[in-house]
Amino acid sequence: MRLLQLSHSDLTRGVEALRKAFRVEAPLPERDHFVFGPLPAGAALDLSAANTRLSAKSVIYPASEKMLRVSLDPAKEDHHVYREADKDYSPRAVLGIRPCDARAFTLVKPNFDNREYRDPYWVRSYECSTFVGLACKSPCSTCFCTSAGGGPFDTAGLDVLLAESGEGFIAQVLTEKGEALAAAAGWSAAAPEGAEAALSAMKAEADARIVSRIETEKIPGKTILSLFDAPFWDDAAFACINCGACTYLCPTCWCFDIQDEAHENEGVRMRNWDSCMFPLFTLHGSGHNPRPNKTARVRQRFMHKLKYYGDKYGGGIHCTGCGRCVTHCPVNIDIRRIASLMNGYEPDNACAL
Amino acid sequence: MENPYLPIPVRIDKVTIETEDRNLKTFRFVYVNPADENRFQYKAGQFGELSVSGKGEIPIGIASSPTEKGFVMFTVNKVGLVSSALHDMVEGDVMGIRGPLGNWYPWETLEGKNVVIIGGGFAFTTLRSSIVMMLDPANRGKFKDIHVVYGARSPGMLLYRDELAAWEARDDINMHITVDSAKDQPDWKYNVGFVPAVTEAKAPKGDDDTYAIVCGPPVMIKFTQPVLDKLGYKHDHIIMSLENRMKCGIGMCGRCNIGKDFVCKDGPVFTLEQLNKMPKEY
Repeated sequence: MRLLQLSHSDLTRGVEALRKAFRVEAPLPERDHFVFGPLPAGAALDLSAANTRLSAKSVIYPASEKMLRVSLDPAKEDHHVYREADKDYSPRAVLGIRPCDARAFTLVKPNFDNREYRDPYWVRSYECSTFVGLACKSPCSTCFCTSAGGGPFDTAGLDVLLAESGEGFIAQVLTEKGEALAAAAGWSAAAPEGAEAALSAMKAEADARIVSRIETEKIPGKTILSLFDAPFWDDAAFACINCGACTYLCPTCWCFDIQDEAHENEGVRMRNWDSCMFPLFTLHGSGHNPRPNKTARVRQRFMHKLKYYGDKYGGGIHCTGCGRCVTHCPVNIDIRRIASLMNGYEPDNACAL
Repeated sequence: MENPYLPIPVRIDKVTIETEDRNLKTFRFVYVNPADENRFQYKAGQFGELSVSGKGEIPIGIASSPTEKGFVMFTVNKVGLVSSALHDMVEGDVMGIRGPLGNWYPWETLEGKNVVIIGGGFAFTTLRSSIVMMLDPANRGKFKDIHVVYGARSPGMLLYRDELAAWEARDDINMHITVDSAKDQPDWKYNVGFVPAVTEAKAPKGDDDTYAIVCGPPVMIKFTQPVLDKLGYKHDHIIMSLENRMKCGIGMCGRCNIGKDFVCKDGPVFTLEQLNKMPKEY
């Protein structure tokens, strides 16, 4: 790791230089919030957002994308044979991503990139990206990243981490990809002596500002069935309207649907974000639905986040503590409360089993 | 990078109407590029995604046996958008298949053992694959006694009727075909009764060397399990194949999970012992 010193004008000039070699994506102001998207030509990088309303997952994994194309025109030689859709996987710089959202990609990776299968869309999109994070010096009251495995200065999934300091930034260059980006941006001034200590002090201060916690320590020791059969799920799900906002906001929710669309003689196979909150998600052709009510669907979401994920992939929770679902749930369902119910649950007959 | 979502192009070689209600058809596919057969090397119990161009995909168990070369076969119930479009297709049409997907019946464990196959309704497709594979001269010696209990509502609703009759005539497989009712079928010479009752009457007792493979509608499974318990089958000797709604078939899209396991990738084959530790979300 190397530490660089950037002034605000170094950053601005660097972003313009990066445009020559990278597609640049960054938080963009939109009405009263920010959303990740391609930085328009001439637009300045705006790093004033505490975070984007939707997570940065759409940068790698769009809400809707073409997977395959097919011609239905019998005059064409390869009619009815699917081909890969044309894609742009040229280098991309993702600027100003928060550590929670960058870390989310590392949590999602085992789903899309494992020893059995590699999802070429996710993998190529991820691999062509270089992530320049922005450390959180003023976390929100709903942030609980430090108890979810991350932190406001966490570097997981990042190639460069910027931390505001004095009249500019201290930049930690973390990976070879980060080195290449720094070179393309023309960032080369070494940080002054004492920068490392200053960074540590800033990190400790930011960590201490995060007082909200998620309690999950005891969940790995419980069986799936004991938590699944716990009595609190009806109560936990009572207010839920199955709107799915939590799953769309979440940086780690990865579920998708696959649908064919055809117009005249041209067809595409699309994938679209889907949500375990929706009854159609699991509905069988026969009409049977293994998750037939909202309690079953709410239980699925939290069991996946807090129990199934860790059991399947060897530990941890499928949550970065970004707090978006807490902030935006229209009926105030709070993953921290559900986690403490799960964490504290002891079946009455535990000794008898 | 290989794209696991890209279907292999196939041509419909033969369509067979299987049942009297015409709702089940068997589609035999040949590969548009013959070399693609090497990319679709499967074991009995696996499934594939059938891809009707412009309509979508459906996960369907493979009905042909790995010992049958040059084609692959699926029996499809007409239910929704894709299966209905498929039922309208004709010999010569081009479509796609993806796979093979999922795990298979544990053939390594079953070698040298008695195998009892219990199936009901149209959930007999991967069981056909299994029977044809086991009866192949190269494989029959690997297994001890083979029993098959297979039931449908009526004689006309049984799949693969010609093959069932041929297997009945063999002495290296014990067939117990049954129908719920054979009224108006005076020629019916096999069993009448539900699968659980026929299983109780005809299946061998459970022991360390005897495994049951059970595949059928939920009501059949519900009433067959106590029968197998009574016959002394241990739960790690009862093998089941599950279905859940699927899209990707490769454990990524997230909808077919039962607890931490995906039916598409970690299944569809599970032992009852495994299922006992999983939520009943199937």
